Amino acid sequence: MASDGSDKSRQGEQARAGRRRAAAKSAPEWADGLKQLYDAVVEEDLPDQFLDLLAQLDEQEMPPQGQGGSSPSGQGDAR
Amino acid sequence: MSESDPARPLRSAQQKADFKRELTAVVPHLRAFARGLCGRPDMADDLVQETMLKAWAAQDRFEPGTSMRAWTFVILRNAYLTDMRRNRFRGEYDEGVAERILTAPAGQEEPIHLSDLHRALLTLPPERREALLLVGAGGFSYEEAAAICGCAVGTIKSRVGRARAALSEMLASGNIPQRSVDDATAHRAILEELDAVSGGYMGAGDESDEDY
Repeated sequence: MASDGSDKSRQGEQARAGRRRAAAKSAPEWADGLKQLYDAVVEEDLPDQFLDLLAQLDEQEMPPQGQGGSSPSGQGDAR
Repeated sequence: MSESDPARPLRSAQQKADFKRELTAVVPHLRAFARGLCGRPDMADDLVQETMLKAWAAQDRFEPGTSMRAWTFVILRNAYLTDMRRNRFRGEYDEGVAERILTAPAGQEEPIHLSDLHRALLTLPPERREALLLVGAGGFSYEEAAAICGCAVGTIKSRVGRARAALSEMLASGNIPQRSVDDATAHRAILEELDAVSGGYMGAGDESDEDY
């Protein structure tokens, strides 16, 4: 019957709400750690390899004439 | 300066310079996202380089004025999923993460360390990990994260909620599983998870994680 299903889904909802509450309550304790992990990497000095790669890509750039579609220089090997 | 061709508008030198500048600016964020996804710094940086090459090759498809970070994150996550499938990443965590104390709950004898969080994060299924990283670390809205992952906003919300609950539980209990990806069974499980995730962004209705 329909009530059977809705009871179940209500229980499921309650369980989910409980989990959400539990998560919301405990998240702040460590949530800042996620940002710390992320920001620590963002703030690292950028290794030269990345700037070198960008410079390389810039040099490889062909003058925009033969836009035929096939890439003239195997960019995938640029590393 | 009539560089625009009605059939295929060519990028002006200015647009190319802008693209390069914006791509450069976003590299630290790509590194942070990649580090969160695959753990080891060297692998993460390889992934970022791969992403930069792909982004560069696809730069005509970048719409100036839109978010470079979101655009490149899509490229990065797709590259990650592909590489993961090719078995390049083993979900190893970064031994170099500081043993910094994150919280010292009053009632508990053991404080939570940043390295615990990092290790716990890497045990999450990839789709929950990336959802939590995007929203909880990268500061994307649910809507932006959903666009990056190619799934519904509700799916992202549920993934973030489950990721948070799992982390809270692991951190509270101090029971953080070692992810043994060398184990064939565990590895197969990861690949199955990946199939579910990539199924999502290929455009299928993403209900894959409705059953808990």
